[in-house]
Amino acid sequence: MIIDATQYTNEDLNDTVRQCASQVQIDNCLGQRFIAAGLSGKEIVVNGTPGNALGAYLNGADVVVNGNAQDAVGDTMNEGRIFIHGNTGDAAGYAMRGGKIYVDGNAGYRAGIHMKAYKQKLPVMIIGGRCGSFLGEYLAGGIIVVLGMNTDGKKIVGNFPCTGMHGGKVFLRTTDNSIDFPSQVNTHKATKEDIQEILPYLEEFCKVFGKDKKALLESEYIVVTPNSANPYKQMYVEN
Amino acid sequence: MQSEGQIRIPSGCAIAAVISKEGNKMSGKSIVDSMVPMHERSNGLGGGFAGYGIYPEYKDFYAFHFFFDNRSVQKDTEQYLKESYEIVKSQPIPVRKIPAIVDEPIIYRYFLAPLKSSVANAQLDEREFVARTVMHININIKGAYVVSSGKNMGVFKAVGFPEDVGKFYRLDEYEGYSWTAHGRYPTNTPGWWGGAHPFALLDYTIVHNGEISSYDANRRFIEMYGYKCTLQTDTEVITYISDYLLRKQGLTLDELASVIAAPFWSTIAKKSPEERAKLTYLRTVYSSLLVTGPFSIVLGFEGGLMALNDRLKLRSMVVAEKDDKVYVASEEAAIRVMCPDVKDVYAPEGGEPVIVKVEEGKY
Repeated sequence: MIIDATQYTNEDLNDTVRQCASQVQIDNCLGQRFIAAGLSGKEIVVNGTPGNALGAYLNGADVVVNGNAQDAVGDTMNEGRIFIHGNTGDAAGYAMRGGKIYVDGNAGYRAGIHMKAYKQKLPVMIIGGRCGSFLGEYLAGGIIVVLGMNTDGKKIVGNFPCTGMHGGKVFLRTTDNSIDFPSQVNTHKATKEDIQEILPYLEEFCKVFGKDKKALLESEYIVVTPNSANPYKQMYVEN
Repeated sequence: MQSEGQIRIPSGCAIAAVISKEGNKMSGKSIVDSMVPMHERSNGLGGGFAGYGIYPEYKDFYAFHFFFDNRSVQKDTEQYLKESYEIVKSQPIPVRKIPAIVDEPIIYRYFLAPLKSSVANAQLDEREFVARTVMHININIKGAYVVSSGKNMGVFKAVGFPEDVGKFYRLDEYEGYSWTAHGRYPTNTPGWWGGAHPFALLDYTIVHNGEISSYDANRRFIEMYGYKCTLQTDTEVITYISDYLLRKQGLTLDELASVIAAPFWSTIAKKSPEERAKLTYLRTVYSSLLVTGPFSIVLGFEGGLMALNDRLKLRSMVVAEKDDKVYVASEEAAIRVMCPDVKDVYAPEGGEPVIVKVEEGKY
């Protein structure tokens, strides 16, 4: 079903999407919020600029955005995939605990803030371009990959990446050794095993956005992990 | 009315702005429309706009926009103004009665020329003289509020949703080279006509999405320099800080940004020696003017504007440019209302000012 969103409010649009069969295309989207919130079992294509909290609490649906997304994409999402053919705003993947968010362009501040993993749940976020400050803030689990393609000469991440990180893994495709990480994390050059871990996701990313997988795999990555199984012990007890 | 401490309302707010670098005039319609997709960011307790270049036929006079509680206070105010100004023209600001906007005060505008003798007697430059008039009225004439006081510009604000406020003030009938807009979702303080944004002094106006954690520290400092916060909204203090640093202290816009959104010391430490020295100086001398807490603001002024996020970027703000126009908004959707095919929408870093000036002589 194709919906022309021009005259739709948030509520009307989301009601309509919920009543649609599995395939939905939203045209002329302009700022309508909460699109696909909590949905499962649908494929939703958004043409235009979806509003904040796109795919919040997403529970298995696939969302493709042809355009830029705004803030808080995939907030607390549980399962499903969000592919953005453009940039995304601040706090993408806020507290997501499963599923995938792939962004062709750049992400704003606080991408992947407080993502978490549990048993079979492993959230994955891949940013094709660069990220703002506080990437992976309070990261508790899951995988964040930043590929740094087309960064316009800017740094691949802003200030204070991985602040408060105590779980999960962050991959930065860069050789820049001037990035300031907090003392609670360790960094190392990605090993074959590390790359193996993200290979299926990178392959999927390249397929979705038509990127050259070979070039990405031949690059160097910095891997960031928390430096202790119990970082809070260091912060509160040993200080 | 309940005042601060008696009421607390959760946060939101929307801002938007558009400016033509070539000074081309735009009707107020487009900026009003830009607020529609951001409707949920407001709660109907405040909306407002600032327009620059809107009074070309009176551009040499200070355009005072007023709210009055009643006719008698209006008479008192006029009496006071006549002591030191020639009232070149006075008129009610035209409004369109709509059900969404009610309980309006008396809304008036005056085009004023300060009497040379009064300014000379006070031994002040003219702008300082006018600023003091504004402060005097807001502090001492109960029930009179100066909404704006610059030349060839004006602020239009009300209790209501911004798109309704724009209709109410018939902004589609004005033409300006620069517009800023605000939709309010008041935090901590009551929603009332004077407390809506923009806040203005002379030609400086501020629209603000956020909440100032440092409000009282900022207020105490700025009130030592002849300003008085009377309008019960934290944003007011940013207007006076801007006026103080730009007009009285002669700082540049970049320097103003480095004071109110000063980088962390750890960030300053990484700068070049020259820049480090400057930033250290500004943070030290004006430490009480650091504005903490989340904010995105647009400062409007004669011939330009500046958009700025707090240093942690705890509020969203995006910028885009096409042809002679630069657009700023809390959300990309708002920009796309004003310019659907705009490319390269980007988000400035926290604390990174976006400064746009109209070409000299074109405004």
